[in-house]
Amino acid sequence: MADMTISGEYFRGIVKDNPVFSLVLGLCPVLAVTTSVENAIGMAGAALFVLLGSNVMVSALRNQIPPITRIPMFIIIICTFVTIIDMVMEAYTPPLYKSLGIFIPLIVVNCIIIGRAEAYASKNTVKFSIVDALGIGTGFLIVLVIIGAIRELLGTGAIVPFGFKLISIPITPATFMILPGGAFMTIGVLMAIVNYNRIRKARKGGQ
Amino acid sequence: MEDSLFSIAINGIFVKNFLLVQFLGLCSFVGVSKETKSAAGMSAAVLFVMIMASIASFLIYTYLLEPFGLTFLTTISFIIVIAFLVQLVEFIIRKFSPPLYRSLGIFLPLITTNCAILGVVILNARLDYTFVQSLFYGISAGLGYSMVMLIMSAIREKANSLKVPEAIEGLPHAFFITTLLSMAFVSYFGVIPT
Repeated sequence: MADMTISGEYFRGIVKDNPVFSLVLGLCPVLAVTTSVENAIGMAGAALFVLLGSNVMVSALRNQIPPITRIPMFIIIICTFVTIIDMVMEAYTPPLYKSLGIFIPLIVVNCIIIGRAEAYASKNTVKFSIVDALGIGTGFLIVLVIIGAIRELLGTGAIVPFGFKLISIPITPATFMILPGGAFMTIGVLMAIVNYNRIRKARKGGQ
Repeated sequence: MEDSLFSIAINGIFVKNFLLVQFLGLCSFVGVSKETKSAAGMSAAVLFVMIMASIASFLIYTYLLEPFGLTFLTTISFIIVIAFLVQLVEFIIRKFSPPLYRSLGIFLPLITTNCAILGVVILNARLDYTFVQSLFYGISAGLGYSMVMLIMSAIREKANSLKVPEAIEGLPHAFFITTLLSMAFVSYFGVIPT
């Protein structure tokens, strides 16, 4: 793999290997915490921290970890970082911690993180693993913020991240979007749009 | 917080359904609900491990982590307990009931990373449930999961023969079905006065 460039690897994580739309990994937090942009940013930030930490550790130790015990080792590494971010968020951002609820400890079983450890960090150098973690983390952040923005805007009529009013539209808020059904519908529509674009591109390439 | 067993059961099965309201265990839900047979296998395995995990994690949390002030190890010890239980269950089923093992076998390793299981045990610990309450919550959460899983797989089997636009086929279609199911479950909100 001589032709890997840093920017190429970074954008691959955002577009081609987007964790939610291409790999369909880590759906639970994507749907559960995206009732507002603020929660979406908090969740993606926590996931990015854990992903970065575990990718660095796994790629640094990749020659020391025996292949047969690698999965338990990955889980223990991930657990360590999850416990750190869990305690940090509980201490410094209590309201955010409260609204994210059990989804912070549940980062442990988020398939994105163990998936990257297994598929990427255990085979590549520390430098590229950092880039990969940042790319995948950014892809995750973008998706979460898009879904959060759609749901918050339509569900409450305004986007207010961290007490700062971004946009508001004069509509009657559709509470449906904040309820669980709205999350399923939003991701269904977004996935259909992504699929539509992919099919159209494939057709164009074929002709 | 004094929750009666009845309200815990209704909460676990309907009001706070793990799949449709709390969004726990969605990966397995989307992946395995294509046909009823595998959905039933997965549900049975999840129900079983959920009950075992509720019992084991309660004992560990109350008698080991809390008295020694080790609650910062909660997440890591729970995940190890679950992984251990899954291995144990796999071992026991293979030994005593090979036909059951053949039908459940492939789903068991998937359960370790199912967030519904870890979700139950963490919620039990956070809500300070007693032993009986934890056990009940585990059972009812598992039942709620199984119910939705079976409904969904039945719908998806029928929906397979529908003609839908190419872009909606597969996952988006499954999500639209889930939207309708979830809207039905939202009407259970307020069944239990808080």
